[in-house]
Amino acid sequence: MTTEMICAGFGGQGVLTIGKFIAQAAMQEGKNVSWLPSYGPEMRGGTANVSTVVSTEPIASPIVSFPDVLVALNQPSIDKFAPSIRPGGLLIYNTNMCPRGCKREDITKIAVPMNDIASEIGSMIVLNMVATGVVIGKTDIIKYETLEGNLTSFMQEKNPDLLTKNLAAIKRGIEIAKQYT
Amino acid sequence: MSKILMKGNEAIAEAAIRSGCRLYFAYPITPQSELIEYMAKMMPKVKGTFIQAESEVAAINMVYGAAGSGKRVMTSSSSPGISLKMEGLSYIAGAELPCVVVNVQRGGPGLGDIQPAQGDYFQATKGGGHGDYRLIVLAPSSVQEFADMASEAFDLADKYRNPVMILADGMLGQMMEPVEFKPAKTDAELQELANQHLSWCICPNEDGAKKHHHEINSLELDPQVLEQHVLGLLKKYAEIQKNEIRYETYNISDENEVLCVAWGTASRVVKSAINEVQKQGKSVGLIRPIRVWPYPYEAIKQVIGKNVKKVYVFELNSGQMVEDVKIAVEGKVPVDFWGKVGGVVFTPAEIKEKLEECF
Repeated sequence: MTTEMICAGFGGQGVLTIGKFIAQAAMQEGKNVSWLPSYGPEMRGGTANVSTVVSTEPIASPIVSFPDVLVALNQPSIDKFAPSIRPGGLLIYNTNMCPRGCKREDITKIAVPMNDIASEIGSMIVLNMVATGVVIGKTDIIKYETLEGNLTSFMQEKNPDLLTKNLAAIKRGIEIAKQYT
Repeated sequence: MSKILMKGNEAIAEAAIRSGCRLYFAYPITPQSELIEYMAKMMPKVKGTFIQAESEVAAINMVYGAAGSGKRVMTSSSSPGISLKMEGLSYIAGAELPCVVVNVQRGGPGLGDIQPAQGDYFQATKGGGHGDYRLIVLAPSSVQEFADMASEAFDLADKYRNPVMILADGMLGQMMEPVEFKPAKTDAELQELANQHLSWCICPNEDGAKKHHHEINSLELDPQVLEQHVLGLLKKYAEIQKNEIRYETYNISDENEVLCVAWGTASRVVKSAINEVQKQGKSVGLIRPIRVWPYPYEAIKQVIGKNVKKVYVFELNSGQMVEDVKIAVEGKVPVDFWGKVGGVVFTPAEIKEKLEECF
């Protein structure tokens, strides 16, 4: 069982972190993982993306041609990567920054106003955790408990308020995803 | 020890320190900067020496000097910076000093770009610097292997008193994968390692009794004497070729109609494509040289079974290792090449298409 995921958005929206948290948790759950970021000049004000592969088998190529899951936090990410989503695959996108959306009918689309939700929770920087929650709620790529454990040990001392907001964002994402099953 | 999710650049740095590297000299360059950054942070904690040199030329000459102590010494850079180190590497090879050089390759020629490439194969395996010398060249294809190659490289450097290069690329440097480290060498073990070099290295006379005079040099103006020195080097290189060839086989069987040869990052993509065409009942095998010098000529020759109609070489360059594959194949079957240049990485889908065209 292999899940190939691309997360993409503007530099600063936290797309690399979505991939990292998922890869980290999947590794702890005993899966093989790879995390391959875009790097270079395109990240300044342009788009950043990361290919994350989670598999029960050894991972051959960390480069993803046809993602099973695309997380798009802005419209350019949909324009660039949505055409290559595997038929039957999953697109999770941020409606606040994707005015045109995606026209494909052969994939599952979960449209989430991530900016609105993040600002309701009280911090724009948890926008990426809303997206992470949707991924967890819709796929079985990782367990929520593993991620919660990691975030808690990472943030509880340093910034308990931010931890609460992150976990709230993930839970909102999971709730939204459940409406699509 | 449990697995850690880590970038290749950081993993090789951590593994080098654990292998006993306490002397590191380098100049920053993308896509290997996390390596020098990690060393800057960690070297003081193990009472090691970290120097950010004023240039790559300075860094390799600091390596030259430090390697004379018989201690484990390393530098790292990316393609344009490695070019600058070539003169120093020739000197170090000539003076027969152990050291490790990491090249996290990027697109060239010139300053090129900062994306992953394999365009430095010729430079690493066929020379680069002047004169009759060889580097032992290790070519990792995963973060774990990249890390494992640190201790391997230092051991080889010590054993043969020869510079060893780890030839990675921007993808291996920037990618995170789970990695498990070997336990760090103890001070006693490091002392033992250094002691093996006492017969030649420059070291203080701690006992004060026996004076020794060891000279480290790559200059010899008498051609007869230099000839003997180079013949000695060649004997060493022959020994390395006899003992140190390493390669991986993937999906090799008598049914193979196509045999792929690929190294490093490129081999990962080729494996994915092989898995895909295998589902269509097409039999394709892969040989991956784990070390690209010495090169596994014999292994490639042996594995060309009765059904192989074509050998296909895939590289992230314009066709460099393919020349070694042709030497191995000796014209027995056609050897084809396909690659990407300029830091563009091919995808599994593209390789799959190339393989399908073979049937």
